[in-house]
Amino acid sequence: MCGIVGLYAKTDSIRQNLGKHVGAMLEQMGERGPDSAGVAFYADGVGASKVTVQHDSADQIDAVAQSVQKAFSGVQLKRRGTHLVIESPETPAAMEDWVRESFPDLRLMSAGERIEIYKEKGHPSEFVNNYALHEISGSHALAHTRMATESAITTSHSHPFSTGLDLCLVHNGSLSNHNRLREKLLRAGIRFETDNDSEVAAGYLTWRLSQGDSLRQALAAAIRDLDGFYTFAIGTRDGFAVLRDPVACKPAVLAETDDWVAMSSEFRAIAQLPGAENARVWEPVPAQIYTWEGEMRDGVAA
Amino acid sequence: MNTFDLSDNPVRELNQHLHGAVTGKVVVSNAGGKHSVAVGATGAHEVEINGNVGYYCAGMNCDANIQVNGHAGPGLAENMMSGRVHVSGNASQYCAATAHGGLVVIDGDASSRCGISMKGVDIVVKGSVGHMSAFMAQKGHLVVCGDAGEALGDSIYEAQLYVGGKVESLGADCEEKEMRAEHKETLQSLLDAAGINDMTVDDFKRYGSARKLYHFNIDNASSY
Repeated sequence: MCGIVGLYAKTDSIRQNLGKHVGAMLEQMGERGPDSAGVAFYADGVGASKVTVQHDSADQIDAVAQSVQKAFSGVQLKRRGTHLVIESPETPAAMEDWVRESFPDLRLMSAGERIEIYKEKGHPSEFVNNYALHEISGSHALAHTRMATESAITTSHSHPFSTGLDLCLVHNGSLSNHNRLREKLLRAGIRFETDNDSEVAAGYLTWRLSQGDSLRQALAAAIRDLDGFYTFAIGTRDGFAVLRDPVACKPAVLAETDDWVAMSSEFRAIAQLPGAENARVWEPVPAQIYTWEGEMRDGVAA
Repeated sequence: MNTFDLSDNPVRELNQHLHGAVTGKVVVSNAGGKHSVAVGATGAHEVEINGNVGYYCAGMNCDANIQVNGHAGPGLAENMMSGRVHVSGNASQYCAATAHGGLVVIDGDASSRCGISMKGVDIVVKGSVGHMSAFMAQKGHLVVCGDAGEALGDSIYEAQLYVGGKVESLGADCEEKEMRAEHKETLQSLLDAAGINDMTVDDFKRYGSARKLYHFNIDNASSY
């Protein structure tokens, strides 16, 4: 079992308080996933790129902070927990390359123009407090609470998983064909950090998107190629997408008001949002791809 | 009248009251998607729940009349024994699973696996039901005014299914059946009980077991 929440702000008030609302939703999903928690926030940055890196050692993060400021001008740094967000005028790819070369031990959490990923093992309510989620503002966010079933409990095994620039994936469920699929993706050049089944789903999307698929095409292919149980939520630069497997044992709820669009594993997370009692609430249909990027669309996302 | 505001009070206090001998009107506010609201009610309580409920609302209900003004999460009225449960919105998956008796009325849609393994309950859904509904249904009636999803009544035993709309597909050993006078009478009584007067029994088709699978037969091994 795991818990998923997603929130898209339609108003400035929700944007300003995005972290506070997502934190409240995430805490409600603590019982579904007490092992670890993670969140992807989307907010405009000061530069051309945002890269989030993580290391358990604060000294290492200090070293990265010093080094990156020497290497590049116009860099802005934000520290949160064991994570460091590097905003710079360089491209995301240039920053990723620099991180991989200079600090191969660092975990590269995310890269893009707007995404920031924070995740950590430990109870979700501790995560919400330790990472001071209430301070964070942004346009939209996805978050996850994990109850591990297939692999170890570590920060690397936690969700969200980056699936490319400004893209990430969270998963509730378990995949049964991940080992074979991972081998195939490794041969195609996709990197994996863990033996986690959800990371294979993320890697699969990364691979399809690198082959020129739209997000919608990649998800349609995922329905064919991924075997197992899943509710996926996929964060995109401008919104998010939701997909449930055709058998749809894993729950999902969508809700909308004039102020926000939300998704969650359960309504009790959505119930934390202002005006939830009068929201339009519905259950996403199995094997149907929902995308939200300012409006609910059947069109192609990302 | 007893009132329980679930934003302040634990669900357990409500449920303990419903397990007690004192019956009467109970109003529950701010359900907030909480789990196990009004589970195990015993006796002729009149329960009104305001707000959306989470997992397992009205499970194991015995004799209580439970009205949900909102949507219900997964596992509504699971293993209900008797009484009545009415949801004004939609119900999520496996509504009335394994339920033995009583009446469940859903004004909106019910999701997948509605009435799975039902054992005597009557279910009336004014909207549509999702895939695998009435899977291994043993006894009772499922009335769907709208459409039914894939594999309706797969491996069904003796439950009777009535569908007003389109059936996406029938499951193994489920077939359309003749609507005789006694079936029309049963269906009419269920429509009346659910307060449906904009449809007549002639709008429905009946489905049930072809009775080919539920005694083991080696020739059917590939179908099991």
